Amino acid sequence: MSEFLAMGGYGAFVWPCFALAAVVLAWNVRSARRQLALAREQALRRAAAPDRA
Amino acid sequence: MNWIWFHKLASPPHAYGIAGRLAPWFGWPAGMLILAGLYGGLVLAPADYQQGDAFRIVYVHAPSAWLSMLVYATMAVAAAVGLVWRIKLAHAVAAAAAPIGATFTALALATGAIWGKPMWGTWWVWDARLTSELILLFLYAGVIALRASIDDRDRADRASAVLAIVGVVNLPIIHYSVYWWNTLHQPATLTKLGKPSMAGDMLWPLLAMLLGFTLYFGAVLLVRLRAEILRRERDAAWLRAELA
Amino acid sequence: MTPRRKRLLAVIAIVAGVGAATALAMFAFRDNLLYFYNPSQVLAGDAPSGRTFRIGGMVTQGSVQRTPGTLEVRFVVTDFRHSVPVRYEGLLPDLFREGQGVIAHGRLNGGGDFVADEVLAKHDENYMPPEVAESLHPPTPAQAAE
Repeated sequence: MSEFLAMGGYGAFVWPCFALAAVVLAWNVRSARRQLALAREQALRRAAAPDRA
Repeated sequence: MNWIWFHKLASPPHAYGIAGRLAPWFGWPAGMLILAGLYGGLVLAPADYQQGDAFRIVYVHAPSAWLSMLVYATMAVAAAVGLVWRIKLAHAVAAAAAPIGATFTALALATGAIWGKPMWGTWWVWDARLTSELILLFLYAGVIALRASIDDRDRADRASAVLAIVGVVNLPIIHYSVYWWNTLHQPATLTKLGKPSMAGDMLWPLLAMLLGFTLYFGAVLLVRLRAEILRRERDAAWLRAELA
Repeated sequence: MTPRRKRLLAVIAIVAGVGAATALAMFAFRDNLLYFYNPSQVLAGDAPSGRTFRIGGMVTQGSVQRTPGTLEVRFVVTDFRHSVPVRYEGLLPDLFREGQGVIAHGRLNGGGDFVADEVLAKHDENYMPPEVAESLHPPTPAQAAE
């Protein structure tokens, strides 16, 4: 296991790359879902009170 | 020619529904392909004869660089369709694509820098490939900033569409930079014609990651597109029926 | 002409115009876009003289000489037509080895040597396990003896 983490001495370069990729993949999913939830919430509020919005 | 199907597809209620139904069909295969690619790339693939285990960075670097260009092409084509045919849905697609592309361009640049340090001996050089990819990041930033700076939605759509279309010139430059000029960056490992310059047990995880990232982009784009449609259509009658 | 066709032509004109302008600009500045010169270009006098530039090529087999106890290293860079000797003092990247592509930054001295202040390794687009590489290129006697 520790040999796997060492990546032949390049662990300090390999793992940050995969960590950054994980961050970008996760951020895009989270951001897309949040945008959709927010937009839906706003649309619902507008539909409930069309005069005030 | 009968364009009715096209306009029906491009109508917001239709697109909103289809995007919602389609997204999981992209998302789940994407997740499985990326997991398989990770396992194949990190565990099963042997170390490279020259770069040792550092070559494994290719499994996130190449797919993100591929997406940086695919997303830009998608955004520019959508912007052109929106400009020429005045299809608002196309502008919504372009608006949804921009932030996705920007993050993957940044990822390609960052992983490239981290890979370059041990292999080349430097984080960054101003060669044609790296510089043109950095310009791509600025183009994304410009398109996003331009859209954000204009309050009127139609004008924002048109202005950012023109910028996105102008920037398309950069795509062939990025792709061919390694052939046109002497660069530190090596030429492409995978080309449409010709055998890939990679051993089979290293190759399949890369192909899985490339396809996985592509499908992932499809899924995220569809979800962002739904949000974009909701924001643009907030006063439409169909929306009230949809949400009720 | 319908308005739609007009807009389509406008979009095509934008792409063509910007493309042509970019192509012209790149043609005008093509020398500056070259990240390095190969030994043939250097010996033909194409490289800028009197200021620093980059030279790129393959490290000739058997040409690397290190001065014991220092970081000084000498090697020959070749493009298989012409060669230029390089002198460098400092740390080398992991991929630096004989037969490897390198890019050195520095200037020519009076004696025809290239004095480098930075050496970068270039790698190719081929990826394979060591066993496959060996079967493709059997090690030279010198490498086998190491």
